[in-house]
This record gives sequence, structure tokens and C-alpha cells, in this order.
Amino acid sequence: MSLLHLAILLPLLVSLFIPLLYKKIRSVHTGWFVLLVPLTLVAYFSQFLSQTMARKTVVATMKWIPSLDINFTAYVDGLGLLFALLITGIGSLVVLYSIYYLDAKKEALHNFYVYLLLFMTAMLGIVLSDNMIVMYLFWELTSISSFLLIGYWYERERSRYGAQKSMLITVFGGLSMLGGISLLSLLSGSFSIRESLATVGTYSGDPLFTVSLVLFLLAAFTKSAQFPFHIWLPDAMEAPTPVSAYLHSATMVKAGLYLVARMSPIFAETPLWFYLVSSVGMFTLFWGSLNAVKQVDLKAILAYSTISQLGLIMSLLGLGAAALQVEILPDSLYTVATVAAVFHLINHATFKGSLFMMAGIVDHETGTRDIRKLGGLSQLMPVTFTIATIGTLSMAGVPPFNGFLSKEMFLTGVLEVSESGLFHLDTIGLLFPFVAVIGSIFTFVYSILIVYRTFLGPRQLEKLPKKPHEAPIGMLIPPLVLVSLVILIGLFPNLLSNTLIRPAAEAILPKVIANGGTIPVEIKLWHGFNLELFLTVLIISVGTVLFLTLPKWRSLYHRMPKQVSLNHQYDALLRRGERTSTAIHDTVMTGYMRSYLVYIFGFIVILILSSLYFLDAFRFDVNPLSTVHTYEVVLVLVLVGSALSITFARSRLTSIILLGVVGYTVALFFVLFRAPDLALTQLVIETVSVALFLLVFYHMPEISRKEERIKFKLGNAAISALVGLSVTLVALASLSQRSFASIAQYYIDNVADLAAGGNMVNVILVDFRGFDTLFEISVLAIAGLGIYAMINFRKTGGTDK
Amino acid sequence: MEIIMAIAAGILTMCAVYLILSKSVLRIIIGTGLLSHAAHLLVMTMGGLKTGAAPVLKDGVTQYTDPLPQALVLTAIVISFGVTAFFLVLAYRAYQELGTDNLEEMKGTDTHD
Repeated sequence: MSLLHLAILLPLLVSLFIPLLYKKIRSVHTGWFVLLVPLTLVAYFSQFLSQTMARKTVVATMKWIPSLDINFTAYVDGLGLLFALLITGIGSLVVLYSIYYLDAKKEALHNFYVYLLLFMTAMLGIVLSDNMIVMYLFWELTSISSFLLIGYWYERERSRYGAQKSMLITVFGGLSMLGGISLLSLLSGSFSIRESLATVGTYSGDPLFTVSLVLFLLAAFTKSAQFPFHIWLPDAMEAPTPVSAYLHSATMVKAGLYLVARMSPIFAETPLWFYLVSSVGMFTLFWGSLNAVKQVDLKAILAYSTISQLGLIMSLLGLGAAALQVEILPDSLYTVATVAAVFHLINHATFKGSLFMMAGIVDHETGTRDIRKLGGLSQLMPVTFTIATIGTLSMAGVPPFNGFLSKEMFLTGVLEVSESGLFHLDTIGLLFPFVAVIGSIFTFVYSILIVYRTFLGPRQLEKLPKKPHEAPIGMLIPPLVLVSLVILIGLFPNLLSNTLIRPAAEAILPKVIANGGTIPVEIKLWHGFNLELFLTVLIISVGTVLFLTLPKWRSLYHRMPKQVSLNHQYDALLRRGERTSTAIHDTVMTGYMRSYLVYIFGFIVILILSSLYFLDAFRFDVNPLSTVHTYEVVLVLVLVGSALSITFARSRLTSIILLGVVGYTVALFFVLFRAPDLALTQLVIETVSVALFLLVFYHMPEISRKEERIKFKLGNAAISALVGLSVTLVALASLSQRSFASIAQYYIDNVADLAAGGNMVNVILVDFRGFDTLFEISVLAIAGLGIYAMINFRKTGGTDK
Repeated sequence: MEIIMAIAAGILTMCAVYLILSKSVLRIIIGTGLLSHAAHLLVMTMGGLKTGAAPVLKDGVTQYTDPLPQALVLTAIVISFGVTAFFLVLAYRAYQELGTDNLEEMKGTDTHD
């Protein structure tokens, strides 16, 4: 275990002490203790920057399950480090924000921070693991912690619904990733991402490779809320706003992007990868921005906006795959898409994080997030207004903020690749710039909508549940830090170029570097008059027109029938699933003991007969049989006869006596079979048993069989006959074939030497297999305790005493 | 002899299963007792019968019956006694509390609250 592992696990370890801190030190907000964790980690991870900038990586392995090739291998490269810094950096701001957002007196802070720290470890684990199984483990852990955080206010019905929805969808994705991992490791022979990458050429032609690719993408699309799996993200907004800012905009939803980026070197040369990633991303960009405009809840707008922006980055990662066709290309053309993806990832975290915090402030200070009730808050909340303006303008792609830069690069990337003619893009490729521009126009519209409807326009204070005023300073600092980054990156974009962007892009496109190419990351604020600038102007002007005419065309949204909406489909699917499983449950689980016994016996019969049949195990060999005497035949007849008579016996006394007859006959057989110990034991036990039966039956009613119909009896008879037949067949088969000699000879040879005894059965029981006997005695003791308890403890007045 | 015993064990099992499937608790308990007898005979038979002297060391004897199945069955006899005793008391107490020994009438887990 290295320091790196400790860093990943630190939040988890600290979370163990959170409930204690919360209980013991009530006067200090628990968040202050938590804040130390991400701050420490930011400082710790920053020291890796110099190494990733020099194209070095850090690997530390901790053995976990070496026999299965599952080791906790922490691996820091440009991509992982970028995410680690994002997780810890935004994490620090979010924790600081939450200290003021969540009331220490009213909220269950110990739960909240435990979940949040659990998430932090899980997320760091995903981005810094090289072993895919370990990565999968952390992946599911993020789903679980997200579930817990969305359901934090679990007394609200919508919270529970949202939590369940996100859990179902993201865990479905996680499971398909597990499938993808299994297939990929079967092909490559390793769970390590780096080792799989090294041998990718040898197996990429396998048909299973494509299946694995699709399974990995399912995981990425569900996690990153890509169409049609995006429906969980708007419902996840029921979580407290710090959680939305952290998990559902800056980090967890980007795990899908991380997965795509991380697996790109392995899969991205397949055309299918390019098509799926870029077109799903592009459509999500369009669909998210289109739907954002119709929302009335601030957080819902931001949720759809996040979906749309995630789609944008996803499509860029897909388009970036074009750069891997380096055999065909002269130099490192088309890398701009990947660079733009990384750049926008950072930018999105800054402006969307600040916007979520802004929405939280508005909610906190006015009591509502409904934009129909808000308006004219700019003078009451000037700082929040500034944050909102900068954040939204950056999101809308207006210069000089960072969103403008990455949007320009996005357009460049889209144009470049669609003109390239790679992957037969001549026809469908023209659609990409078109969809990109439409998506950007709607992005512009909803960005303006957020600011205008909240802070400008008519003031309607009478509709607000609270009298609005500016938020406390602690709540304003985190978004202010983020918007200063928005401006800073916008004005000096190359601050990040070599420190974060280039190492990350190189990790996504290792082949470009391996082939001697470079990835240019010089980002310029002014490109000259080119097509991208023209498109930006087009976006802004059309967006403005659409915004001004919004009341006229807004009603178009209601034209879409409810039945075809994805949410409706999801609910219907869930209802149908519940109904079907209830129906199956009700049919199978009847509550009658007999039904369950029938299942058990039926299964035994099927298992035995089919394995005898399929393994061709049935042999019948009469050779080494022992002799039969007449008196033995008589005994067998007595045994079988009395057993059969029990089934017809009407009186309980007859049944008990017949059972006794069977028992004593068995004892006689033990004598015949040269088993004196068994015979003695059997005689004693049988006597005690019969006495016990008589004692208990004295208190019980006479056996009544009136209600047993003939059909019932015949069914039982058929099943029991089959079970009996199976037993006979197994006995004969095992008699007639021996795979290996009995180990009995060992006991026979050693009984005197090792145990100094003469009676082999006794020695086996008390010496060779002494522990078995010990457990046997424990079983008897437990049975005895149970009997004692049942007789002595009576139920009185509805409660157990 | 082995074949005869195999068939006998089969018939015993058959009767035991038939009893276990019935509604009366008493018959079920008798069925479990019978089932353990059947199992003991089965284990003994599968090991081969009368292949030598009783497994107690004796000078001049080289061929012994396999002691291993006997050890297993001895354990099983004791355990089955414990289980039978437990069942009996359970049935007795259930009858006292519920006033019936019919399993169908005891059903109620699904609607139980």
C-alpha cells in the first residue's frame, strides 16, 4: 500500500469518523472537518503535475486477489490526474458551499458527509485504477453513493423516485460494463487496461471485441446521461444542490466521459466506436438543449443543460477518434476535437458548477426555483447576479469567457472531421455541423432564459415564499472562485494548455505520440475571420431572435404526446416489471409447504435423472455382489412391507409402531452388514424415538385424512415414486462404477499406529474426524436448546417473553 | 444383496416422500424419520456390503468391511434423532398454539403482518 492508495482511500477512512465528530462536536459544523480532506488531496495530487507534463506516469500496485489477476493498481497519467484534480478541487468548493447550505441543526449532516466522502473515494478510484475489475468496483460505488445522496431527503417521494431511477439506470450500465470487462479480459488475457492496450492488435478482429465495445459504451452512456438514458439526471436534481453541483454536473456524470476517453486507445479505431460515440453525443447535445428551454425549474434547466453539454464533450471524444487513423493521415490532424473535449470538460466544470451553486443560492434565499415566480432579483442579489451572468454567458459561448473558446474549438473539430471524408462521412457528415449549430442556438436561448427570468424582468416578490436577500459570504465564495476561473481561463487559456490539457489529450491519443506526432494545444482567443466565428455570430443572432419570440413558439413543446416520452416509457416498464414479478411470485410462492417440497423433490429428480442420462453415468454391473440368504429376504420384506403400510395407516399408534418396526429392522440389517456399533446405536436411538413419539402423540389429535382428495394422493404418489426410483438408480450406479479406490484402507492400516485403537468406526469418529463429531454434538446441543426454549417460553399477550 | 438393498432403499424413500407431502404434521415427521432410515441404508449399500469382517482389529484378519460409511451413518443416526426430537416438540407446540396439525391451515406467511 503506497501513499497513492492511501490518498484514494483517505475520504473513505475519514468517513468512518464523521458520525463520531458529528455527535461529539455539535458546535462546529461537521463540514469544516470534511473540508480538510479534499484540500489535502488537491495539494497531494498537484505534485504529480510536473511528472505528467513530462509524459511520465506513476504506478503503484497493491496486491489484492493476485490469483485472479485482480490487483489494486493505482495509475496516474495526464487523464487520470485531470479528473483527480477536478474531483478534489470542485470537491473542496462544494464542501465549503455545503457548510452554509445545509443547516447544522436541522440536517442529518453525518449521513450527508459520509455519503459525500464515500463518493469521493469511489470517483478517485475510477479515474486512478488500472485494473478494470477494481475500476468496476469503484464505478458501482459511485452509483450507490449517488443513490444515497439523491435520496438524502428520503421523506420526499420525488427524492426516492429519483434515487431509484438513477440507481436502476446507472447500475444497468455498470453491469453491462462488467460484461464488457469480462469479454475484453478474455480476449486480452488481462484485467489491466495498459496490458490490454499493448496487445490490442492481436484480438481487435474478434467478433466479441465489438460486443465488448458496445457494452462499455452502454456503461458510459448511462453514467454520462446520454440519450436515451438521460432521463435519470433531471430526477436526480432532488438531491441537495451541493450534490447536484458536485456529482451531477462536475464529476460523476463525467465518469462516462472518462471511460470513453480511457478506453479510446483500445476501441477507437473501430468505425462503430466513432459512429456511436459521436452521433449519440451529438444527438444528446441537441436533445438536451431543446428540452432545457421548456423547463421552468432552475435546476431542471441546468440538468438538461448538463445533459446537452455532456453530449457535446461525448461527441468531441468520438470525433477525436478520427485522429487515430494516423496511418492514413499525414500528421496529427484532427486532434483538435480531443483537445476541445478535454478543455470543455474543465470549462464545463467551472461554469456549470458556479451555475448550480447560483441556483442553490436563489433557492436558499427565495424559497423557490420556479422561474415563473422569480424575476428582478438583480438589485437584491447583485453578487449572485454577477455569478449567474458570467456563468451563463460562458455556457452560451459568448466571448471572452472560457465557454466561447471551447465552443469555437468544438465547431472547428466538427467541421474538420465532417469534411475529412474519413469513415465514409461524405453524406452523413454534413449533418454534424448542422446539429451542432442548432444545439448551440438552443444553448444560447436557455442560457439567457436563466439570467433573464431570475434576475431581470418584472419583480414579483409577492410570489416568493421568503423575502430575498444576498446570500452569506461563505456561500458566495465557492461560485466566485469558479467564475474567476471562467474569466481567467477565458483570457489566458494557455495557462492550462501544457499543464492539464496536453497530458490528458496525450493519454487519450497515445498512438499519435507513438507515431511521432504532436498534439498542438495553443488556444487562441482570436482566430481571425473564419467559418467558426461566423457560426458563433449566427448562433448568437438566431438565439436572440428565438429568445425574444419564445412566448410565441413555446407552446410547440406541448404538442409532443405524453405516451411517447421516455419517462413515460420508463415508468411503464417499471410498472410492468413489478406486475410480472408479482404475478410470478404469486404463482410460485403459494405459501403451502407442499408446493415448496414438490419443487425441491422435483428438482432433485430432474437433477439426478438428467445427470445420469447426460453423463452416461448409469451402469449396472452384477459382478462383485454379496450373497443373499433367505432370512435376509424375509427381513427385507418386513422392512418394505411396514414402510408401505405406514402410508396407509389411519391411526397414529399404528404409524408409530410401524416406524418402530422399520427402525428395528434397520438395526438388524446393521448387524448383518458387519456394523455392530451402528446396530447398538440404532437400537438405543430407536427405542428413545418411539418413546418420544408416543409421548408427543399423546397430546396430538388423531391423524385426519378426510380432506385429502384422490388427485392429491396420486400426484404425491407419482412424485415419491420418481424420487424413490432416482435413489435406487443412484445406488446401483455408484455400486457398479468406482472412479477411485475407497480411502478406507488408510484408516484400516493406521488405526492401531496413529490412534492406538481397535474399533475403526470409533476411532474415525473421535480421532480422525474428531471435529465432525464435535459439530455433531453442537447440532444436538442446538436442537436441545431449541426444544427447551419451545417448551419453556410461552407467548403471552402478543409479545414474546 | 446390494441390488435388493438398493431397491429397498428406493421404496423406503418413496414412502418417506409420500408421507412428507401429506398435510398432517404427524405424518410429515414420520416421513422424515423414514427418510433418514432410507438414507442410512443407501449410504451403507453404496459402500458395498459384507466385504469383510466387522471393522474391529483382530489378529489374523486382513479383510474388513469399509468403516467409513459406518462412521458416516453413525453420525447421521444421532443427528436424525436430534432433528426428529426437535420436529416433534415443534409440532406439539404448534398444535398447542394454533389448534391444528394441518399444514394447509397453518399457511399464513404471505399475509402475516
